[in-house]
Amino acid sequence: MSLGTLVWRELLERKAQMLTVAFGIILGITTLIAIRTISFYSEKAVARELDSLGANVLVLPKSVSLQDYYAADMHDEVIPEEYVMRLTMSDLQGVDNLSPKLCVPVTIDERRYSLTGILPKSEFQAKAAWAGAGIFSRPIGCGAIDVGEPALEDDKKSLVRKRVIKDLAADEVLVGADVAARQGLKEGDSLTLLDKAFTVVAVLPETGTVDDSRFFAHLHTVQELAGTGEVVNCIEIVGCCKEIAAGLVEGVNTLLPDAKVVTVKQVVDTQITLNRLMERLSQIFLAIIVLVGGAGIANAISANVTERKREIGTLMALGAESGLIQRIFLSKALLLGLVGGVGGYALGTILAVTLGPKLAGVPVLPMPSLVLWALAVSVGVALAASFIPAWRASRLDPVATFRET
Amino acid sequence: MLRMENVTKTYQLRRQPVTGLDQATLEIDKGDFVSLVGPSGSGKSTLLLMLGGMLSPTSGRVLLDGHSLYERSANERARLRQRYIGFVFQTFNLVPYLTAIENVQVPLYLGRVPRAEQRDRAAAMLERVGLANRLDHKPTELSVGQQQRVALARMLANDPAVILADEPTGNLDPETAAQVIGFLEEFNAEGRTIVMVTHDPRAAQRAKRVIRLVEGRLKDDGGSDVLPAAAKRGVA
Repeated sequence: MSLGTLVWRELLERKAQMLTVAFGIILGITTLIAIRTISFYSEKAVARELDSLGANVLVLPKSVSLQDYYAADMHDEVIPEEYVMRLTMSDLQGVDNLSPKLCVPVTIDERRYSLTGILPKSEFQAKAAWAGAGIFSRPIGCGAIDVGEPALEDDKKSLVRKRVIKDLAADEVLVGADVAARQGLKEGDSLTLLDKAFTVVAVLPETGTVDDSRFFAHLHTVQELAGTGEVVNCIEIVGCCKEIAAGLVEGVNTLLPDAKVVTVKQVVDTQITLNRLMERLSQIFLAIIVLVGGAGIANAISANVTERKREIGTLMALGAESGLIQRIFLSKALLLGLVGGVGGYALGTILAVTLGPKLAGVPVLPMPSLVLWALAVSVGVALAASFIPAWRASRLDPVATFRET
Repeated sequence: MLRMENVTKTYQLRRQPVTGLDQATLEIDKGDFVSLVGPSGSGKSTLLLMLGGMLSPTSGRVLLDGHSLYERSANERARLRQRYIGFVFQTFNLVPYLTAIENVQVPLYLGRVPRAEQRDRAAAMLERVGLANRLDHKPTELSVGQQQRVALARMLANDPAVILADEPTGNLDPETAAQVIGFLEEFNAEGRTIVMVTHDPRAAQRAKRVIRLVEGRLKDDGGSDVLPAAAKRGVA
């Protein structure tokens, strides 16, 4: 005989009651897991989509407005390239990507284009790694997370989405879709810009933005050809929206007091609003399930205590202490919570994976980390809801087991 | 072994005070066999529960082996019950979802007897009451007489010095009742102290002493010709 035997035998004796309570917990946890899994993946999908819209923080010279930047993408004002290293080496939280740019006009066949100098990520990342610090020395858990798609990190074409590319040689050039079409350029072609020979390493996909009319070359090559020295026109930052809301912009402002820092407000706001909505929805469901489920469990355990008064009194007469009586009911709740947690996780995950793509239009994968969360919620609610009935059982008057004669 | 000193118990029933036990003083020696008799509502079960440490008196003291029961916490009293006292109930109070042997194992589990030992000891107890072939039967699969014998085996499991029996023959036919009283006499002969509440005059006669309760007061029935028990000592 053991506590486990006492609990298990009683559960088997009242199978229908046990199954009803377990089913209730499973349903509650299923709902929570399904919502949480689907909302996690839809949040990430939205983040990915928003990320593809481009940078959400811009570092510009003081005198340049956002309008100037978008209208012409070319201005004479510059900021030192050294700002890039300052950002890279800082302890700012939430910077996903950095892209310094310098734009100079070029003419081909009497057509004006923009030759944009960009700094491959590998260069400033390597410098930061040498110093053993900086924003790229820690993992970043926000922003663009691909779901089931191969990483485009090494693909030169990822520039249009990621805003940075990993490597770019001094004589290599990337060509925007419009430029390629007008000039009849394709991968492997050679061309001359500002008297320097370049090889086209990639034709970028059409974006519908000013990027389609650009040539992208290494920043230092463009600086050298234009004779500007170590300066850039702007630094594009892809930041985590949550971190932007939490003060990333203020952090950049403090770090670069002589530059103007602006956010692409709509992009940031959209994601913040969406994330908040998902979080709130999840919280509301959690609250409802905790309340309704908790009340259901409390009611079931309470009824069980009433049903077993005689048995409790008998155990007390045999020498059971109040702690054991409590443990009998709390163990039952624990067992139901465990069954509910595991069952709810399994069912919720199946539901999310099968229905998620239809409901939210995003691919949904199982989230094993939610097993612990599901168990914590179901066991926590079951134990908390059973605490008062169990306590009441342990304080029952054992005299009720005797018949007054 | 057991002592009550000026014990009174009053209840509130529909806002009216009801006296369950009135200034009861009683001493029961080790190895005694006492019958508590009296009309319904006279306070017999109240007295039995108080002796078992399950119902605190409104005033007075109850002592077990010199230890005042109600000056201890409920859990300490539970431990004393587990060690010294065995209860027998009129309705047997077997745990319905456990088999006969598991029911007998319950007090052994409460006494922290290792699991391996529990089964052997429980089987020996059931064998003693003639149920060696009913170990794995649930209470509903046993006759009432067999159920009461399982309850006796359970009561014996922890080798109690005191047995408190509340109408142990109340639900039994005369033959089975005689058998149960026979077991109680056997346990008494082993040196255990027995206090038995009963309505059955024949069962009461088998005790060494008979104590009558009338409206919560103890009466000495020692000289009565209705219940010619030997007891004349210890009754206030």
